[in-house]
Amino acid sequence: MTATDTQIRATSAALLEGTRAKQRRSLGQTIRWLLLFAGGIAMIMPIAYMLSTSLKWPYEVYNVGLIPEEPHLENYAYVLEDGRFFGWFINSLIIAVLTTVSNLFFDSLVGYTLCKFTFRGRQIVFIAILSTLMIPTEMLVIPWYIMSQSFGWLDSYWGIMFPGLMTAFGVFLMRQFFQTVPDDFIEAARIDGLNEFQIYWSVALPMVKPALAALAIFVFLGNWTAFLWPLIVTTDAALYTLPVGLSSFGDEADVQWELIMTGAAISTLPTLIVFLIFQRFIIQGVAMAGLKG
Amino acid sequence: MSDLALRNLVKSYDKTQVLHSINLDVADGEFVVFVGPSGCGKSTTLRMIAGLEEVTSGEIEIGGRVVNNLEPKERDIAMVFQNYAIYPHMTVRKNIGFGLRSSKLSKPEKEARIDEVAGILGMTDLLARKPAQLSGGQRQRVAIGRAMVRDPAVFLFDEPLSNLDAQLRTQMRLEIKKLHRRVGNTIIFVTHDQVEAMTMADRIVIMKDGHIQQVGTPDEVYHKPANTFVAQFIGAPSMNLLEGTVEDGAVSLTGGGSVPLTQVKVAEGRAVKLGVRPEDLHLATEGDTLFEGEVSVAEPLGAETLLYVTLAGREIIATGPGRNPPKAGDHVRLSADPAQMHVFDAETGAVIA
Repeated sequence: MTATDTQIRATSAALLEGTRAKQRRSLGQTIRWLLLFAGGIAMIMPIAYMLSTSLKWPYEVYNVGLIPEEPHLENYAYVLEDGRFFGWFINSLIIAVLTTVSNLFFDSLVGYTLCKFTFRGRQIVFIAILSTLMIPTEMLVIPWYIMSQSFGWLDSYWGIMFPGLMTAFGVFLMRQFFQTVPDDFIEAARIDGLNEFQIYWSVALPMVKPALAALAIFVFLGNWTAFLWPLIVTTDAALYTLPVGLSSFGDEADVQWELIMTGAAISTLPTLIVFLIFQRFIIQGVAMAGLKG
Repeated sequence: MSDLALRNLVKSYDKTQVLHSINLDVADGEFVVFVGPSGCGKSTTLRMIAGLEEVTSGEIEIGGRVVNNLEPKERDIAMVFQNYAIYPHMTVRKNIGFGLRSSKLSKPEKEARIDEVAGILGMTDLLARKPAQLSGGQRQRVAIGRAMVRDPAVFLFDEPLSNLDAQLRTQMRLEIKKLHRRVGNTIIFVTHDQVEAMTMADRIVIMKDGHIQQVGTPDEVYHKPANTFVAQFIGAPSMNLLEGTVEDGAVSLTGGGSVPLTQVKVAEGRAVKLGVRPEDLHLATEGDTLFEGEVSVAEPLGAETLLYVTLAGREIIATGPGRNPPKAGDHVRLSADPAQMHVFDAETGAVIA
């Protein structure tokens, strides 16, 4: 075998190896795409069914086909003309907005204090707040109900809102973000003559705007879609939030899925708008919380 | 009148004392630089003056009044931080004007003051920019502007040039010095860089382990160091220290050699350290040889050459000519003017005057 033959063989082997590596890469790529596709389908299907059902007549609601036989907008007209829907929408909006504002203020205030002030028991307070994350909502519902009953908060906005006015997750998120604000800024502001609240408000808070935006979205979405607690604490239909109100379309014998899905479709619009505007902040917020945790 | 006075200033964290009875008087308009290695207490002292750290005991006076229990904003001070601490969400104008928030000046007066400071710092064209659009040097100027705008009794600088590259640091050093000459306020400047200290200060405070080692003009601390720490900390390369014993009016060096003692009288038999700066130790002519040794390394610096010479088992640094210097391996004879040498007590390190 000549030297040229050896070279040719070596080159062929290298080329073959390169092709195999490419094949391996493209196989990996295909698997990744398939997994993402499956995930995407799993996410999109409920929304597609919601939209599809909202365009169906009652008789074809239980037809699994995604395309309605006779698509129409009568359900939308019915839901929007029903005065109750508008009332529930406003209830949800008021509760979600007030809860969000409350969370932004109190979560950031507590997070800032736990991050930037040194005091005896700081760590214990933080752990105590954090540990409440481990208690499932279902366990808290009964104490909340007893409390609401004792204070006369049943069937009121306050009754619906009070458990979520401040969240341990929000405190944790804000505390982690405030750790990225160097102490020099705080001290510079102190020397510049600001009092502690002004430092929090004028210096620290503007520096964690991405976290505030992310928290705003989390809290807004959470409250907009909240179902269990508003269902328990309200009996007056006029005070229902959207999810509770929508579930009341129909009774045990006859659930009007097409109307529920229509209401659900309309109710996703505000969350969709909020999400589209702030999604880049959500990603940054979650990433930061993960990194700094 | 003293603009700033520290009286028996002590700082402890739990049971660990980090500052030991610091006493210092700073005159009105003086530029004082605190210098020392990491952990020497210079920044802690500055932060105590600023009111950012509590005083364990002792007193701080600014403008004749004790400020121990006053908030930072009530102390008539302004501080420039190492990482600038300019607010990223505010424009340069707002950043500079931030220090005037609690001022009683009217809005037009505040604006005029901001414009004046921006003019002094050459930042008038940058007032509408945000910090992210500025270079490191410009950001540092904004931080200085924010301090200047309040016209405080005392400016505090906490290693403000550490984050700048070498060229910019030299430039900013010069600018701060010019600025001081122009505005004339008292400045306390903390650095670990002895070159910064030497070039900028009216007086240098050299600290180590929470103690002041020496306070003096750059000339004093360089030419009359109070102890071996100051002698070796100030000056690059460091002063050579040679151990020996006084015998017959000369220092008999450990490992061989003898240097006549002309500048001070020291008791016979006393153990001393003889200090000689590399620039005072040069190649000897035939008659005045003090030391002989072999060059281990020669570092050409252009105008001169640093010679690392091994003699009697130890290495000392001498200065050779820029042109045709000795090379590594060459045998050299060195001499120095005994009057330029420093004698320190071998045990305490204190200078023997």
